[in-house]
Amino acid sequence: MRYLPLTEADRRAMLAAIGVGSIDELFADVPASARRRGLVDLPLAQGELQVERAIAAMAARNLPAGSGPCFLGAGAYRHHVPAAVDHLIQRGEFLTSYTPYQPEIAQGTLQALFEFQTQVALLTGMEVANASLYDGATACAEAVAMAGRVTRRPKAILSGGLHPHYREVCATYARFNGAQLDLRAPQPGADEDLAALVDRDTACVVVQNPDLFGELRDYAGLAEACHAAGALLVVAVAEVVSLGAVRPPGEMGADIVAAEGQSLGNALGFGGPYLGLFATREALVRQMPGRLAGETVDAEGRRGWVLTLATREQHIRRERATSNVCTNSGLCALAFTIHLALLGEAGLRRLALLNHEAAIATAERLAAIPGVAPVGRHFFNEFAVRLPKPAAPAVDRLAERGVLAGVPLSRFYPEFPDLLLVAATETVTPDDIDRLECGLREVLA
Amino acid sequence: MTVTGNRGLQLEEKLLFEQDSPGHCGVDLPAPAGLPNRLGGLERTRPIGLPGLSEPQVVRHYTRLSQKNYAIDSGLYPLGSCTMKHNPRLNEKLARLPGFADLHPLQPVSTVQGALELIDTLAHWLKALTGLPAVALSPAAGAHGELCGMMTIRAALSARGDARRRILVPESAHGTNPATAAACGYAIDNIPNNPRGRVDLAALKARLDGDVAALMLTNPNTCGLFEDEILEIAAAVHGAGAFFYCDGANFNAIVGRVRPADLGIDALHLNLHKTFSTPHGGGGPGSGPVALAAELAPFAPLPWIVHGAAGRDLVERPEGPAAASIGRLKAFHGQMGMFVRALAYMMSHGADGLRQVAEDAVLNANYLRARLAGTLSQAYPGTCMHEVLFDDRFLKDTGVTTLDLAKALIDEGFHPMTMYFPLVVHGALLIEPTETESKASLDQFADALLALAARARGGDAESLRAAPRLAPRRRLDETAAARKPVLRWRPPAA
Amino acid sequence: MTVRFTRDHEWIRTEGDIAVVGITDYAQSQLGDVVYVELPEPGRKVERGGEAAVVESAKAASEVYAPATGEVVAVNEAIVADPAKVNADPMGEGWFVKLRLADPAELDGLMDEAAYARFVAELG
Repeated sequence: MRYLPLTEADRRAMLAAIGVGSIDELFADVPASARRRGLVDLPLAQGELQVERAIAAMAARNLPAGSGPCFLGAGAYRHHVPAAVDHLIQRGEFLTSYTPYQPEIAQGTLQALFEFQTQVALLTGMEVANASLYDGATACAEAVAMAGRVTRRPKAILSGGLHPHYREVCATYARFNGAQLDLRAPQPGADEDLAALVDRDTACVVVQNPDLFGELRDYAGLAEACHAAGALLVVAVAEVVSLGAVRPPGEMGADIVAAEGQSLGNALGFGGPYLGLFATREALVRQMPGRLAGETVDAEGRRGWVLTLATREQHIRRERATSNVCTNSGLCALAFTIHLALLGEAGLRRLALLNHEAAIATAERLAAIPGVAPVGRHFFNEFAVRLPKPAAPAVDRLAERGVLAGVPLSRFYPEFPDLLLVAATETVTPDDIDRLECGLREVLA
Repeated sequence: MTVTGNRGLQLEEKLLFEQDSPGHCGVDLPAPAGLPNRLGGLERTRPIGLPGLSEPQVVRHYTRLSQKNYAIDSGLYPLGSCTMKHNPRLNEKLARLPGFADLHPLQPVSTVQGALELIDTLAHWLKALTGLPAVALSPAAGAHGELCGMMTIRAALSARGDARRRILVPESAHGTNPATAAACGYAIDNIPNNPRGRVDLAALKARLDGDVAALMLTNPNTCGLFEDEILEIAAAVHGAGAFFYCDGANFNAIVGRVRPADLGIDALHLNLHKTFSTPHGGGGPGSGPVALAAELAPFAPLPWIVHGAAGRDLVERPEGPAAASIGRLKAFHGQMGMFVRALAYMMSHGADGLRQVAEDAVLNANYLRARLAGTLSQAYPGTCMHEVLFDDRFLKDTGVTTLDLAKALIDEGFHPMTMYFPLVVHGALLIEPTETESKASLDQFADALLALAARARGGDAESLRAAPRLAPRRRLDETAAARKPVLRWRPPAA
Repeated sequence: MTVRFTRDHEWIRTEGDIAVVGITDYAQSQLGDVVYVELPEPGRKVERGGEAAVVESAKAASEVYAPATGEVVAVNEAIVADPAKVNADPMGEGWFVKLRLADPAELDGLMDEAAYARFVAELG
């Protein structure tokens, strides 16, 4: 078998060196009733050609998002990733290396993480960021837990504009760790008065910018209201490219930013693996979950990096750890950091502007369709529209024609059957917009 | 010394931020049209502070960084409980097929039937290998899987009106176990090991009562030993009305030869990035699916994949068959990219190959034991499973610690073994070669380790304490890094 | 002024009805270089055997338990600013907290200097 280097001769020699007659003797501790004589009921070994055929056949039964116009968003965005990114992350020294617990032979990973942490801090306008969490939703749940630890208060208020998956994950975690969540109802196109809800029991308020419906807001006032009451403001960002054009949460007074980094460096991948970004203020760093790369020097005085502040983590604090997180999203963070290194300041700003303009163009064309009305005022690269007929069937019919028209809000909230979330990135062409507009006109007629 | 600081192929490399060409860009993008924006006055006005570089500079930067990393592609990682095995490249190719990589998670379900089929197929393989009837695929890593398992247990007990407050965890457990139990709202009771390196059955029974929700056990355990009293343990746990959770990090020792269901296990997480070869990537992404017994299956997290008249569908709300689900643990559907890789791995090996994996893994570890146990002090003498545990008694009075020995291994071209874990022995050295190491590779490792041990016992503590000397960096000052943390680059003060 | 020791390697020295608490030389040598300490707020009440503070090295974190019941009246900000003091002078400048004791008689059950020295010797 191509992945197993031992030969039968090796096995015999090794058994002899160990002093046993057969491999079964090495499994003697397994209770007799649990020993399987024969093979598990699964197919036998196959060569690359056979495995490739079988799995490629499954792949062929999917419609890749890029095979036609794609206007899907709602927490995952189709961007162009430069070819160099995937090429670099597949270098064996990155792809197949372990967590950098032996820093002397992991400076590549550690320096890349230090640069990644810096980029995330700069993008979000915060002071310090960690080396990644699983995704935006779990980062959000960890932010709520952290706010609870920092303030020693039980309550968290979650905006109705926060991504429903992020809300659900927070709710699942809260159910088991005792936090009390106030989940505000989604109100597409309307503003919430969250400041009025903050009291002495509130650990944090969690908002998203842009929100689920694409709306952009200035949260500086809410930040002040939170701080006046001793609570923290958590801002979630589901589309990280927006930070190339929109005022970042750090400049609005956020205490914690929980974001999804998939947009940079990482493919859509049917939902995973993705990349949780987590940033906060320096004063709160010891309450922050996840790994941290820190700068130091070696025995010869040369600059280098190590994992640091590890005493917050599970392998040292065990039941008193800030989180149980161990393995995180290292290679996805590497892809993100390489993509952002290629873009740089000028490239990210231009990319963000191209996204915004693609969405403006799309929104204007859709608004011209009879019965289609925009919801909300300001947006980055995603917006909501109200259709004159239910959105889900319209989207299904357009999918049959190879047009992925957007995410019907009813997929999350059945009480909004006629709302459609439409995202337009730099990958959208004028032809795509034409096909979307024509297609929608037809199915809505 | 050289002018550049470089040493042949070992090239120094500054931070990205120290190579900024302002305005430069490694991506050519079209000029924006200059439309009036719709950002509502929330434009980002201040500079972000990101450096600008061209593509050649970026490629060189990351190529140089990669050359400072050890990796399984380069050499053996004898890391106990990490299962650092070869990462097959076929898996990378298949994960990148556009039919998987370019799928949006919220596309209409009719357009992703192949993806749902792949996830279902993976679930089928995991159920067959574990003997358990259900599998929750969304957890993103082992620790996340542990959380999932503990949450389903707590939900199941709650549904029976039998809320309990304690979890039993062996002293030798990986830190994620008690951290997870605490995250789930439980108090932790530590169970000591017996002199044979297994969990102390009498102590366990003494702690078992109607207030214990579950035992979290690793099997084979973190000392590399099969818990041979596991059937009695399972009976005792179930007799007390509690659940038996197994940390499946060490599944590589028994895959294809033993099914956890046959050991009385109710819930078990698997690490696709350990047993099933998905790459470690310098710290993730992983994937931690959880196999569940029938009693726990109704509480599995969302989404569920179900079969309908029109093909497969996703249940994304706690209703119908999923009404009792604990809810969502992650956005979207799980670590799809790792599912493709793991399934390709499993299909490549097949039932026969997977059984051979466990046998070769156990054989390799015992071969190292045979070569090393005469010199190093094995913590629990006798046969081990896929990993072998030594303590630092053999270094007594040498002035050399486990850490020094490990750092000296670096100069010999090896990543050190797991050190100081498990905590139940002093100065632990936990060695797991995995089945993808050849006999020659094992012999070279054993030769090096024996030579270092001989140097330590021969009185040469000085050179070992100065190690490593040949790696891209010498020992780094972790105290300074923790006392005055510098966690990001900042521009030098003007 | 008496000094007493606990089995968890804390020391407690009374000066009137105020007691100064720290960790012993043995404790600091086991921990390694101290990188961080977490001290309670003045005014906090602690129980004998309850957690009073946390001391961290690069590789380990340990609870510092209150040797006796009392109220925290002062904490040593100097070790927050410079944790190395705990290693350099654990019985002096490296003190952690000062307590107003609820019941000075609680100290009678603790080891004196000689008994603690024997206890440490047996740890090997």
